[in-house]
Amino acid sequence: MVTIQTVVRVGIADMNIAKSPHTIRTSGLGSCVGVVLYDSSKKIGGMVHVMLPDSELGKSTKLNVAKFADTGIHAMLELLKSEGVRPFSIKAKIAGGAQMFQFGSNDTIRIGPRNVEAVKKELKRYSIPIVAEDTGGSSGRTIEFDPETSILHVRTVNAGTQKI
Amino acid sequence: MSSENEITEMHLDVLKEIGNIGAAHAATSLSQLLGQKIDMRVPNVQLVTFDEMFDLAGGSEKVVAGIFLRIEGDVTGTMFFVLTIESATQFIRKLTMDPGFTFTDMEDLGMGASALQELGNILSGSYLSALSDFTSLNIYPTVPSLSIDMVGAIVSFGLIEVSQYSDEVIVIETEILQEGEQGMTSLAGHFFLLPDPPSYRTIFNSLGVL
Repeated sequence: MVTIQTVVRVGIADMNIAKSPHTIRTSGLGSCVGVVLYDSSKKIGGMVHVMLPDSELGKSTKLNVAKFADTGIHAMLELLKSEGVRPFSIKAKIAGGAQMFQFGSNDTIRIGPRNVEAVKKELKRYSIPIVAEDTGGSSGRTIEFDPETSILHVRTVNAGTQKI
Repeated sequence: MSSENEITEMHLDVLKEIGNIGAAHAATSLSQLLGQKIDMRVPNVQLVTFDEMFDLAGGSEKVVAGIFLRIEGDVTGTMFFVLTIESATQFIRKLTMDPGFTFTDMEDLGMGASALQELGNILSGSYLSALSDFTSLNIYPTVPSLSIDMVGAIVSFGLIEVSQYSDEVIVIETEILQEGEQGMTSLAGHFFLLPDPPSYRTIFNSLGVL
């Protein structure tokens, strides 16, 4: 059987998983953080495009779990477990959390760094090691994860593509 | 109207109308500033998902010049000018009278950055004062901030406020059209007004369409 390699796309405040040979990608991360949770032996990776640090910020009755660091990471862990991934084999790579503009409202000041802090706190809570990160700064990022190699490709407008 | 679910076609039509009034004023100011005919029109006012909003601005990964500012006063919200790199270059060349300006050094735009920020000031000022006159609401812009980067990275910053309430946003989309040398018009960019959800009621109230 021939498997055609596809790229699984993750939108903003969205999440999905991909298994080798497929890759998974999200584009235009600014203050948002792309969280990749993967199992290198099973060659499977999940990606969450986190927009806000904490689900307590949600003022809507409908909860989109992928939007927040706390609920998004929890939901992705459950999804990976349902795919047969053992929790202790899960590792993380994260990218994003830039400060795109110097001005904003009270809620948006430092939203990038706050997202990164919240993601790290959640990963620590579940004892998931962060193997690599490319966070902060003031540039947007497009990221693509390859579950085959566990490499995360990070592209910025100024610095081209880097592998972490 | 207690939530965005109760926003009707009529509400969107009203927003389109005030968008057109603001755009007409802003186009006049920009034409005077650049000494070139600029048109602005509101093709759409719609409720879209965040990903659809990026598509409206050219696609999440497209590199653009983004000018961001907040709206304060009786109504709060976010305003964005998203210009193609070509048009931003042209505008900067005219404003700085430096025909050799290019975006080679994205980190240090020097006078280019000041020129685009000034453009943001003038556009937002004329747009919002028209809106303010029409609605009798007190509305004013903050100092604009500039970024040359991917659409997704720039525009998502303006969605932070809205994202606390919803996964969709009301977008007042305005096309900025410039007339070229042979009288051809081309799309220079877009201009977006995103009221914070608590301000919808204030706007509709002031216009008597609650």
